[in-house]
Amino acid sequence: MRRNKQLPDAQGYFGQFGGRFVPETLIPALDELETAYEKAKRDPSFWAEFDFLSHDYSGRPTPLYFAERLTRHCGGAQIFLKREDLLHTGAHKINNALGQGLLARRMKKRRIIAETGAGQHGVAAATICAKLGLDCVVYMGEEDMQRQALNVFRMKLLGAELRPVSSGTKTLKDAINEAIRDWVTNVKNTYYLLGSAVGPHPYPVMVRDFQSVIGKEAREQILAQCGRLPDYIIACVGGGSNSIGIFHPFVNDKNVKFIGVEAAGKGIRTGKHAATLAAGTVGVLHGAKSYVLQDDAGQILGTHSIAAGLDYPGVGPEHSYYKSIGRATYVAVNDKEALKAFQLLCQTEGIIPALEPAHAISYAAKMAGSLDKEQIIVVNLSGHGDKDMDIVVKALGVTL
Amino acid sequence: MSRIASAFAQAKHTALIPYITVGYPTVETTLKVVPLFASTGCDIIELGIPFSDPLADGATIQQASYEALRHGVTPRVCFEVAQELRRRVKIPLMFMTYYNPVLKFGLEQFCSKCAAVGIDGLIIPDLPPEEGKELEQSTKRHGLDLVYLLSPASTEERIRLVTSRSSGFIYLVSLTGVTGARDKLPEELESFVARVRGRTEKPLCVGFGISTPEQARRVARVADGVIVGSRIIQLLDKDKSLKNACSFIKCLREALL
Repeated sequence: MRRNKQLPDAQGYFGQFGGRFVPETLIPALDELETAYEKAKRDPSFWAEFDFLSHDYSGRPTPLYFAERLTRHCGGAQIFLKREDLLHTGAHKINNALGQGLLARRMKKRRIIAETGAGQHGVAAATICAKLGLDCVVYMGEEDMQRQALNVFRMKLLGAELRPVSSGTKTLKDAINEAIRDWVTNVKNTYYLLGSAVGPHPYPVMVRDFQSVIGKEAREQILAQCGRLPDYIIACVGGGSNSIGIFHPFVNDKNVKFIGVEAAGKGIRTGKHAATLAAGTVGVLHGAKSYVLQDDAGQILGTHSIAAGLDYPGVGPEHSYYKSIGRATYVAVNDKEALKAFQLLCQTEGIIPALEPAHAISYAAKMAGSLDKEQIIVVNLSGHGDKDMDIVVKALGVTL
Repeated sequence: MSRIASAFAQAKHTALIPYITVGYPTVETTLKVVPLFASTGCDIIELGIPFSDPLADGATIQQASYEALRHGVTPRVCFEVAQELRRRVKIPLMFMTYYNPVLKFGLEQFCSKCAAVGIDGLIIPDLPPEEGKELEQSTKRHGLDLVYLLSPASTEERIRLVTSRSSGFIYLVSLTGVTGARDKLPEELESFVARVRGRTEKPLCVGFGISTPEQARRVARVADGVIVGSRIIQLLDKDKSLKNACSFIKCLREALL
């Protein structure tokens, strides 16, 4: 326990990954944020409010559900699903948005900015801002706005101002660039509610801490239901917030293996993928040193995934660290496999998963068959698939 | 004394430091415009190595960077351009870029190559001194200056840190924001410069937002150097004769005498 508890170090590093590679203007703001977060972290009343709202507003705890028919279908290890899809707003993103929203209010910052890829974090941020009475501006790539039109409408309904991002690849990466530019400009009155476990210190640790509620619950639940810890925890990895949230509370349980599933898109060999840990190299993107997808000249590459929430050329520094010390294994699942797993879960369990965790389901289903029936796999079902209906309709070639 | 330090030591007026993105709109433009600027009285020239995710830059330099990247302007191309320019001009040349292309090239290789082609210093806006220790070893080994930045948001403690670690000069960001021409500079500019002046003997150069001779004149009253970027990029756009950019530089030069 002790060794991992100390990470990140005072400079925000997990091993050689992390840090603060940002313009000077943001350093005082990150210092202020770090101080405020450290203070809140030690304040029981902060966590009391977080727990209360997690329960009454977000709908925690979420069930750890034994997927009996899926298990039987795969014919091997028992598969349990951590049902983050049942949360308010339909995904794990609300955990972090709530935590940071409460922190922003304590810091007396009334203007909240956020970036979003699939729109799940944008919706969560807009929701929490509405609930706490804060102003909300969401940056979203134009391409993502097209493929997630319903979430765009949701955010607007919730009172957020949507700012389309037309620079670069017009996806999450560029939405983060634009949010950082806004923050640099309006740093005095603005709180940047970053949605994944990426970015400059203290974001990766803060987002991990708020998302760790997933793993803490799962750990208690599996002990209560099975009397032992799982053999594998499987979660999808884009920036890596749902996965670090479920992994971290098990980090010192050495027999629990972590598997992070990235998006292989149209196949890693085609270059149209988002498998940062599986196929990337060490670099600096969005304020942290971590694995990134880049070319020989250090330019960040465009990515592709059927799941907008995984469509990102970077990854949280703690995942890079887990990879470097062998604590977690990172694999990749392509669009087609994810789509198949999406349908499989619909048909075996009556659960429509988001396309992001469908990647984790796909890997778990494949793996379960090769394991014996005593083994236990926990999959983080990080979000609900309602947002993906248009994409799935198109991908399956269906006419409505 | 480094070429940059002696440029300030010898200067009889406020230094004029233009920024251009290498390869925007074309590599030929860069090769032509830098000698023209040097002969129009510019004291140092910042050559921007384009990066895909320039998060400290506003729309103008973002556009210029994307355009240059589309033309295949890599760090290697920038080194070739710098080498060619070094044959043609005597004033200090600096690279301005983001940390990732430097890291990917290899910190030591990058600095050694800079020294070999005649680059005098580096400005890396996403590299605060806390993260710069490794690069500093290489810049020092190869006699390059590494310029750190300060912003109006910097605390006294950070002013102390940056002034002690920055070499060549200190880059004062005039405003809290990204690069880009502005109608107005902040009122607190003079007091910000004075705050830093009290802490260091090193030259202070102000950049971000400066786009008119009047603004440059105002900055020159308190600073040792004036950095102008986005406005020049706008003037280079679609003007093959380079007349507009050069007459703008001339106006700036006159404003700073």
